Amino acid sequence: MHVADVADRVARGELTAEAACARSLEAIAAKDGALHAFLHVARDEALAAARAVDDRRRRGEPLGPLAGVPVAIKDAICTEGLPTTAASKILRGYVPPYDATAVARLRAADAIVVGKTNLDEFAMGSSTENSAYGVTRNPWDPSRTPGGSSGGSAVAVAAGMAPCALGSDTGGSIRQPASLTGTVGLKPTYGRVSRYGLIAFASSLDQIGPFASDVRGAARVLSVLAGRDPRDATSLDAAVPDLEAACGREVRGLRVGVPDEYFAEGLAPEVGESVRAALRALEERGCVLRPVRLPHTSYAVATYYVLATAEASSNLARYDGVRYGLRVDPRLDLRAMIGATRDAGFGAEVKRRILLGTFVLSSGYYDAYYLKAQKVRTLLRRDFDDVFREVDVVCSPVSPTPAFKFGEKLADPIAMYLSDVYTLPASLAGLPAMSVPCAPTRAGLPVGLHVVARPLEEATMLSVAAACEAAFPCASPL
Amino acid sequence: MHYEAVIGLEVHAQLLTRTKAFCACSTAYGAPPNTQVCPVCLGLPGALPVMNGEAVRLAVRTALALSCTLRTVSRFARKNYFYPDLPKGYQISQYDEPLSERGHLDVEVGGATKRVGITRVHMEEDAGKNVHHEGVSVVDLNRSGVPLVEIVGEPDLRSAAEAAEYLRSLRDVLMFAGVNDGNLEEGSFRCDANVSLRPAGEAKLGTRVELKNINSFRFVERALAHEIARQQAVLDAGGRVVQETRGWDENEGVTKSLRSKEEAQDYRYFPEPDLPPLVVDDAFVAQVQSTLPELPRAKRERFVAELGVSAYAAQVLTGHPRVAALFEEAATLHGQPARLAAFVQSEVLRDVVTHGLDARIPVSARQVAGLLRLVDAGAISGKQAKEVYAKIVGSERAPEDVVAELGLVQVSDEGVIEAVCRQVIADNPRQAEQLRAGKASLMGFFVGQVMKQTKGSANPRLVNDVLQRLLG
Ligand SMILES: [Zn+2]
Repeated sequence: MHVADVADRVARGELTAEAACARSLEAIAAKDGALHAFLHVARDEALAAARAVDDRRRRGEPLGPLAGVPVAIKDAICTEGLPTTAASKILRGYVPPYDATAVARLRAADAIVVGKTNLDEFAMGSSTENSAYGVTRNPWDPSRTPGGSSGGSAVAVAAGMAPCALGSDTGGSIRQPASLTGTVGLKPTYGRVSRYGLIAFASSLDQIGPFASDVRGAARVLSVLAGRDPRDATSLDAAVPDLEAACGREVRGLRVGVPDEYFAEGLAPEVGESVRAALRALEERGCVLRPVRLPHTSYAVATYYVLATAEASSNLARYDGVRYGLRVDPRLDLRAMIGATRDAGFGAEVKRRILLGTFVLSSGYYDAYYLKAQKVRTLLRRDFDDVFREVDVVCSPVSPTPAFKFGEKLADPIAMYLSDVYTLPASLAGLPAMSVPCAPTRAGLPVGLHVVARPLEEATMLSVAAACEAAFPCASPL
Repeated sequence: MHYEAVIGLEVHAQLLTRTKAFCACSTAYGAPPNTQVCPVCLGLPGALPVMNGEAVRLAVRTALALSCTLRTVSRFARKNYFYPDLPKGYQISQYDEPLSERGHLDVEVGGATKRVGITRVHMEEDAGKNVHHEGVSVVDLNRSGVPLVEIVGEPDLRSAAEAAEYLRSLRDVLMFAGVNDGNLEEGSFRCDANVSLRPAGEAKLGTRVELKNINSFRFVERALAHEIARQQAVLDAGGRVVQETRGWDENEGVTKSLRSKEEAQDYRYFPEPDLPPLVVDDAFVAQVQSTLPELPRAKRERFVAELGVSAYAAQVLTGHPRVAALFEEAATLHGQPARLAAFVQSEVLRDVVTHGLDARIPVSARQVAGLLRLVDAGAISGKQAKEVYAKIVGSERAPEDVVAELGLVQVSDEGVIEAVCRQVIADNPRQAEQLRAGKASLMGFFVGQVMKQTKGSANPRLVNDVLQRLLG
């Protein structure tokens, strides 16, 4: 059942929130032993919250747009009273005293938080293999990763354990796992959704966004999340249009840009075929395809890894063993305590990025790396500014390959970093972007179409995604 | 060789906001440890800073009070270092695009006015406090996130005394501007110094030593004097001053090395991605400028030029914003500023207790003006005024009521006074005879007798006149 089906049936009294929640919890109990999408299941809290929604309905009180909808939350997003670890040993057992704004808005819309999902530690990775608490398996082929970093949330939705989930996307962490698991995953415009309560990886890039089993579900969740938050100074004060209505809108006449650079070397042929088929389907529905150029694309990976690691090196400085989380105390002195704590608490990929980020900010290297990367970021933004004068959306593959095997890219960080090559430019430009399933590969692995729109034009993006969805109805794994 | 000292001061001043720089926690001093904290100032995962508009207003006011040029768009930056009292692992500060630059402060030194350059005034947040207690270290984060301005002075100061004077003037300016409470003991006004020596007459600066923790006017002068003498001794012995950070040890009266240049931290500053650029447009600056209170220097000059107060009195009366305010209000009510100035200096200041910007002034302008008006009207004598003042201090009572209660109303009825005088002369015929015979010193005796009879209420000038007439 999709998001809107659950919410509308609960609102009409055809389904209780408790039953919807129980169904989700049963699916988790049945499937998650094998898949490991969840780090924490909030069974009792979820059932209590669902019953409270049912009570309110019985009393005739109005219900929110996500009444009784089970939702899984990426474990990098703070939930009051529920453990939040960012899949890191350094935050083992940490329970935040407050809800992230996104979570508070979901709860206010009567959604039911069923649990916290696995991720690459501190959202650093593209396979969910970097979790300190074990890998998550792709329900389409359990020998493969679900992508990452929001792999747990993607799998929770793909395997039917929840109709929707929250993820966070810094360089593709929602879109790439959505593509690899056949779900809808949406990264909003930077600033569209409050980051308050999202454990920061790279503050100038991080955005919270929804996963859903259909485009309309993603639209409904986004309309609950979106809007200015006084607790996040970078959140935008912009009107949120009717996003759900946009999902049913005609796409005839919309101009779809197809960047040459995204169909070049490194793209798996099967993925290319699938995406071209999706583009033809859009053309059949009246979209106008136009080749476009994004000439600075090849610099995106390097730019991203300089800027994101620089910010991460600072954002992760607070995990020092002084106030919360892990403390390893060799009883020598303060520096030794902080060093021992961080050495034991962080995984290899996190350490690699902290070192890289510390280096690029260091005196003598700042101009050559950080400052130059900021300049290239501006050029990448201009690429899109130019293109969006001619087209309404840009479409491409999300990931160069379908879901890959465990360990396949783990030994080669560069190969792993390249799996975000198509998603990074939109992140650096702060643009809304999403993955919507198109035709799977012959082996039955999902492939996503990447749709990128102008700032704050999530509605246009959703119209195109919904058109693609109509052409390639989503199959279910398992 | 004769050396010249070159000193520049960096002052951290807490802005007088009710809440912290980036969250809604209270800035009140003295609360139990870690009771004025929230996810933001504790640096909890996921928490984000939001700029306190009042802190911006006060920082702009500080910049204007120091004649700085404001940057329309300034930026926050992260200063990265590990310390237990720094919960985020970085301090939100400003770096290469500060709020304001290129100001100055005029300081009176040795009877002349010296203009000291202000390099920049920028905003930042305070850290918490480490407390070492019975072998363990504990952290109090009540101060974490308290808004500060950092005021970086040019190396224009040439002696410890000049530095101390600059610091006093700066504190006065901040207090009069209403941006800082001037409380050195509570740490809301703190100072670091950069000190170097160079051969007199040379333009090139010598090697610089940074001096930390000099948080009282007395310490500043002593620490700087000590450091200048230390560097002089090093140079005189043919040695070289080492670039380092030193701390003032008040107990031993010496500066001690804290860390060398090699150990200097690389703070890896970069723009704070959680805060948008800070925009202070011309309209906002004009609005702040229009509400900028009169600063001590302008006030002194006006007291002299417009109120006819002596330069010395003007200096004394502008020693504290609350004293200056009392004087001005009383002077307006009374109309004779010079007389009021004298009374405030001789009587009122004795009872004033200041604690930074806080001041206990146990008498109101209305009471002081009313009291002097009674003297002007001849209702009481100057001596009685002091007696009345002692009764109204610490109370809300009107001086007229105290005068009536004490039966102090001065007798100026010549008939009444003459009757008393005649009686006194009649009671002391021998002294009267001697006076008439030329022993003029006995006049004082008769005046005293009359005052005694009238319990001091007779107008002394009239008593003199009448006695002169009767005994002359
Ligand atoms: Zn706070």
